Amino acid sequence: MSRVNPVNQYLRMDRMPHIWCSGCGLGTTVNCFIRAVKDCGFPLDQVAVVSGIGCAGRVAGYLKLDSFHTTHGRPIPFATGLKLANPKLKVVVISGDGDLFAIGGNHFIHAARRNMDLTVVCVNNFTYGMTGGQLTPTTPIDAISSTSPYGNFEEPFNLPFLAESAGAVYVARWTTYHVKQAAKSIREAIQKNGLSFVEIISPCPTLYGRRNKLGDGLAMMKAFKENSSIVNGADTRGVGMDFKGKIVCGKFIDREKPSFLDMYHATMSERFGPFYECYEGVQ
Amino acid sequence: MSDGKKTRGPRGTVTINPELCKGCGFCIEFCPSGVLAFSDTFNDKGYHTPQAARPEACTGCDLCGAYCPDFAIFGSLKEKVVA
Repeated sequence: MSRVNPVNQYLRMDRMPHIWCSGCGLGTTVNCFIRAVKDCGFPLDQVAVVSGIGCAGRVAGYLKLDSFHTTHGRPIPFATGLKLANPKLKVVVISGDGDLFAIGGNHFIHAARRNMDLTVVCVNNFTYGMTGGQLTPTTPIDAISSTSPYGNFEEPFNLPFLAESAGAVYVARWTTYHVKQAAKSIREAIQKNGLSFVEIISPCPTLYGRRNKLGDGLAMMKAFKENSSIVNGADTRGVGMDFKGKIVCGKFIDREKPSFLDMYHATMSERFGPFYECYEGVQ
Repeated sequence: MSDGKKTRGPRGTVTINPELCKGCGFCIEFCPSGVLAFSDTFNDKGYHTPQAARPEACTGCDLCGAYCPDFAIFGSLKEKVVA
């Protein structure tokens, strides 16, 4: 048994086994991301991963790539700085729903508005897994969390619709059951010029699944398999999620828009003409 | 495949690293060929790990590897070419 798992070369194996619970979908998401990076064929020193705080924040520590583990809710500002300082990098933000849309919600919509050339992978498990299962902006109505013990009554975010209306050029949603499609979507998102957003619905058996009597990780995966339908190009207004309801998956938006750096370069070239010298990697 | 023709061997192999496994069962549930099953033994952490119960059915598709959240299993194609 001298064979080595081909994904091991992308992981810091000295930190394995990781801290994620049995049945958590984060490892599967990392697996999809590694397969996407492998298929892209970029040199590994040109891919950087940024993640925030939470269970999903550990991703940056486990990947053997240039990686940032940033403050809570701020992976997108760090990634923006990283991209502007070295435009040759492919910067990928992998973080959770609470980090990206509660604490860092404002940063996401402004990165999408500017069309920063980032790839944002949001691992949506409907709860704050690391801090005890509190309510997040994506917890569906009627779901029980530690801060909504009688059931949630707040309308959750519809993340693909939010990303589309804020200006993202690539929007897709998959569950951890759809490993091949998710890997393909992450690959396309990395190759896309502009802010691309991939939402991965993931089971959290320890806090969300247990409180809501959804069973273990495997039962939640089976529920994803049964309840999901693939509608590529669906209208994002109709892909909001209900508790135990249908999950619409697919690639919703794939459009072309000039990115922040393209616009910057065009404006400065037009304004300063021959006196404008773009910095390395912009063009 | 058994109707008088030459029987083909397994097309792939599955490699399991029991020390990384947390026994979630994703690979067992989603293996398209039904190769895997829980073993009766435990690993160091006390989880039942998967084992190749029907290794001859493995096609080496690596779907177990794609699902595994713990990077503990992967499938690979056999190099042997069967006529």
